[in-house]
Amino acid sequence: MSGAEPADAVSDAIARAFREERAIVLATLIRQAGDFQLAEDAVQDAFEAAVTAWPRDGIPANPGAWITTAARRRAIDRLRRNQSVAQRAERLAELTRLEDQHEEPPMEEESTIVDDRLRLIFTCCHPALEMPARVALTLRALGGMTTGEIARAFLVAEPTMGKRIVRAKRKIADAGIPYRVPADEELPDRIRGVLRVVYLIFNEGYAAAEGDRLVRAELCDEAIRLGELLCRLMPDDAEAWGLLALMLLHDARRAARVDASGRYVALDVQDRSLWDQERIRYGLATLERAMRLRAPGEYQLQAAITAVEIQAPTAEQTDWAQIAELYGALATLNPSPVVELNRSVAVGFAEGPAAGLALLEPLLSEPALERYQPLHAAHAELLRRAGDAEGAARAYERAIELTANAVERAELERRLTALSK
Amino acid sequence: MSQYMLLVYEEEVDEAEQAEREKALPAMLELHRDLSEAGRLLTVRALRSVQTATTVRVRGDETEITDGPFAVTKEVLAGYYLVECADLDDALALARRLPMARWGTVEVRPVASAEDWLNFARRAGAGLTDEDLSTLT
Repeated sequence: MSGAEPADAVSDAIARAFREERAIVLATLIRQAGDFQLAEDAVQDAFEAAVTAWPRDGIPANPGAWITTAARRRAIDRLRRNQSVAQRAERLAELTRLEDQHEEPPMEEESTIVDDRLRLIFTCCHPALEMPARVALTLRALGGMTTGEIARAFLVAEPTMGKRIVRAKRKIADAGIPYRVPADEELPDRIRGVLRVVYLIFNEGYAAAEGDRLVRAELCDEAIRLGELLCRLMPDDAEAWGLLALMLLHDARRAARVDASGRYVALDVQDRSLWDQERIRYGLATLERAMRLRAPGEYQLQAAITAVEIQAPTAEQTDWAQIAELYGALATLNPSPVVELNRSVAVGFAEGPAAGLALLEPLLSEPALERYQPLHAAHAELLRRAGDAEGAARAYERAIELTANAVERAELERRLTALSK
Repeated sequence: MSQYMLLVYEEEVDEAEQAEREKALPAMLELHRDLSEAGRLLTVRALRSVQTATTVRVRGDETEITDGPFAVTKEVLAGYYLVECADLDDALALARRLPMARWGTVEVRPVASAEDWLNFARRAGAGLTDEDLSTLT
């Protein structure tokens, strides 16, 4: 490291360090400093310092180590100035000890990095935080999105998102949410909670009916990166692999889900040549890896259903019997009226409309589904195929009544009109 | 170690239901004994029925005394624990072990440390004597 560096090389190096090292440095410093906010501020300071120092002194040989050292020094400075941090003396002593130990620290051991990042994930996804805060903290601390980017992706004002994040960090500090991988008896529950946060981030990007599609795609990418991180950190958790597979297989169809005018395109009429074959291969391999662990779960079953849909050469050639069977397994694992509805549709294709109707009709009296448009649309389809045009018309009318989406309404109206032809 | 208060809320029920709940007493007492032996149980108290509650509000020169609790709710404050815990997870695990969590609700609140409270009082301009400090900490 010597002499002045060209400006481009420096900004590239800083951007790369930010992308690759920030989350790791942050996770470690949170453990060492024992304070989320303090660590985040100190890491921010360190990157700002790099902007001045690297063009002058040259890009360090090990940018991650440089940022780690700089961030720790800033944390010490901040702690010395700030009287109000709880257990300030203790934390200061620990940081100073680390500072004296080695002038130029070797990067932490790989296993320590893994542990620190896991701890941070469990802190960010702690059930004592409200769900939107879990999502925002996870994206910020692990995904490396800025508050502004998160705010835009979730269609809220930046100050609102900023306040949400600050409130969550304050709760972590004041309520004593630990920075620790949960005890064995709590672990399965807590892992489910983490996976749910990541899936929610993905769905927010994937199921977007409004908003800037580009920003939303970024949420899908970020969720997939988080999914990959979870698999790396918890390679023995079958559901972590299952979730990653599910997200990949959905995401592979991203380009085919909207037509040229930006309208939603249903799976059975999508242009299959637009599907991303490489993503599909990656998704299928990930699903296989999940199933080798022999611990079935919800995400794996949903991914398996998607895999069957995707592997059919055309929509007509879909193996509905297998899909019906997978929905049956899902219903056993996690009974829900929506799963039951999907099963009845699959059975309707596999065994004929009468068999589908037999499963669907009990759901019509389910209070949770009373205003659920897809139930009435599916009911209408089955009745139409069973030859009951009058019943189908009534069900279509009910579905049209319940839809708020103009594209959906047009499609349902088209089907209703087609009945009388 | 930090202090947490566990506030127990439950519905007040008839005698038959109450007798059913009392079957959990031995397990609860055992939990209390465990906590005491570990030096973690600072206080545990049950409150008398919410029908005995009285609220006081002073607004300007007016004092308003009302029969009844702070807010009329189905589940009412029935008792509290003051315990020492390593962190929130530790406190939540404890709350989960309370039999009352099965039929009622347990609210877990971190207690501000004496140091925090003193800093707050000083910032607010309170002149604190050594004697004050010893009674507060």
